[in-house]
Amino acid sequence: MEKFTTLTAIAAPLPLANVDTDKIIPARFLKTIRRSGLGVHLFDTLRYDVEGRERADFVLNREPYRRAQILIAHENFGCGSSREHAPWALLDFGIRAVIAPDFADIFYNNCFKNGILPIRLPRAVIDTLIGDASQGDNARLTIDLARQVVVRPNGEEIYFDINPFRKHSLLNGLDDIGQTLRHEARITSFEEARRAAQPWLPAIAPV
Amino acid sequence: MSGAKPRTLFDKIWDAHVVERLPDGTCILYIDRHLVHEVTSPQAFEGLRAAGRAVRRPEATIAVVDHNVPTSDRRAGISEEESRIQVETLEKNVAEFGVPYFPLLDERQGIVHVIGPEQGIILPGMTVVCGDSHTSTHGALGALAFGIGTSEVEHVLATQTLLQQPAQNMLIEVSGRLPPGTTAKDLILAIIGCIGTAGGTGHVIEYAGEAVRELDMAGRMTVCNMSIEAGARAGLIAPDETTFTWIAGRPYAPRGENFARACTYWRSLASDPGAPFDKVVRLNASEIAPMVTWGTSPETVAPITGAVPDPKAEPDGAKRAQLSRMLAYMGLAPGQKLAEVAIDVVFIGSCTNGRIEDIRAAAAIAKGRRVAANVRALVVPGSGLVKKQAEAEGLDRVLLDAGFEWREPGCSMCLGMNPDKLAPGQRSASTSNRNFEGRQGPGGRTHLVSPAMAAAAAITGRLADVREFL
Repeated sequence: MEKFTTLTAIAAPLPLANVDTDKIIPARFLKTIRRSGLGVHLFDTLRYDVEGRERADFVLNREPYRRAQILIAHENFGCGSSREHAPWALLDFGIRAVIAPDFADIFYNNCFKNGILPIRLPRAVIDTLIGDASQGDNARLTIDLARQVVVRPNGEEIYFDINPFRKHSLLNGLDDIGQTLRHEARITSFEEARRAAQPWLPAIAPV
Repeated sequence: MSGAKPRTLFDKIWDAHVVERLPDGTCILYIDRHLVHEVTSPQAFEGLRAAGRAVRRPEATIAVVDHNVPTSDRRAGISEEESRIQVETLEKNVAEFGVPYFPLLDERQGIVHVIGPEQGIILPGMTVVCGDSHTSTHGALGALAFGIGTSEVEHVLATQTLLQQPAQNMLIEVSGRLPPGTTAKDLILAIIGCIGTAGGTGHVIEYAGEAVRELDMAGRMTVCNMSIEAGARAGLIAPDETTFTWIAGRPYAPRGENFARACTYWRSLASDPGAPFDKVVRLNASEIAPMVTWGTSPETVAPITGAVPDPKAEPDGAKRAQLSRMLAYMGLAPGQKLAEVAIDVVFIGSCTNGRIEDIRAAAAIAKGRRVAANVRALVVPGSGLVKKQAEAEGLDRVLLDAGFEWREPGCSMCLGMNPDKLAPGQRSASTSNRNFEGRQGPGGRTHLVSPAMAAAAAITGRLADVREFL
């Protein structure tokens, strides 16, 4: 996983609430067996008309937002399915951070597994940042994960909260599985104790 | 243990599965059951292969194909290439990693959230995960069950654990009894309408109260299934005699002395009196009517006797614009009566409403009646065993005689990833769980309803009040 340290980039305003995972990447694009290549289908129905032509009014079809690496949205971003294809599509497009008042839990988790930083900020702050983002290339935002701040184009710093474990993993690009396997002996003893205490737990037979 | 701090059902299952608590509060949580399907697993197995890792406990894992399989005759295989490759990839992976698997032509094949409980693979007090948000279904058995992304699928395959932060506790207590014609589906839609699609974010919801206790297991699964539509991490219902009776005798359920021991443990899982909840919502079931969604979010729901709302009444500008967009997408006018909305397609099935009880409810309305001209009505059993049971009861004949299609098990028209799709502009009455834009096919318009309401819509050709059929 790619590290996330600091990012100075164009932010695309997407002032919509309840942006669901079907909007981020419709199910018909989930038939892939790879992680990459989904960026072209990101926000497919918002981005393209029925003939597959770009909709000129959609933010990511306009300059400079085609090069956006930050996305700013309204409440409950990423609600719906557990498909990790949603963060994969964002990442493949180039998005490394999403800022919203709140996120659906599974989407929020999935972002961290892919080096994407989801940032929760109050709606009033979001509205200010959307104002900044609307100025396009003249108003890049900076995100400094180590200091947990979003820096506005005028230099004002906005603090955000993040779980220390997730922050550490993201700053260092650490793989969760590797970190967990350092506790493998504990997992094994847990399994043995569990088998003894609950002998009714069935094993599923190979078919 | 007198003097111990009272704990909720969620607290008890959580505590029993913490392998290690890391200094910042993140927990390594042990996972008892892992359900795997073709869509969210290929990249996880690929990750294992790349890192040279094995599946830690294949015997705690079960794989099945459901999302992209056709629901027509499958004996000749899958013609759509990408879907076939995804299914073949799963078959290659389960063979290579030794994971138990129900193949497409096995009678136990079906929707992952139907087959798990059906086989007795899911039991109370377990932790259950799957790369699918509707894993919350299994909370109906008193198991802590939640959806995960593909990276977490790989994590569970490799370690049989997940890194998790504890959730908050939310109690939804439903007093009273559901009136005739009103079902578990109407109850959960009413709950989502009440608390909103983010109402449960960060929480595990425990459903309790007389109306919940009275639900059969299928109804409880319907309620827990849609917990995710309220934003919750999981839904839970305390296991009770209804649960134990339902589990007894299933292929993987414990037997004899083991079953008795298990029941004793399962009974101890109920929330203690006075256990603290971070959020409490109370509803009265007797006030709930058959529900139908009118927008493109499950929270946009109203009783069938209601009307489409007017965006002008919304004071918040952003919300007003979003409401107008919804109505434009749905092709509905402000003030339009819901019971006058004509439909093109009826879909009865999915992990929300694809169990035998759901098919019985639909057949009871369909019996002796005819599907309206110009309406296509599909009934898709949740598993091969549900299909077999329905056929043994003659329900397939009742439905076929009424003009419904009787299909093979799978996710079907719930999610527009297999040949069962809405065409652009088509409108459905659907027993599935999401009415998002394009969910059932690009440009498709979805109204979520109960199986009985869906059958009533099929007969009348419009959204209809099932109480007129009772």
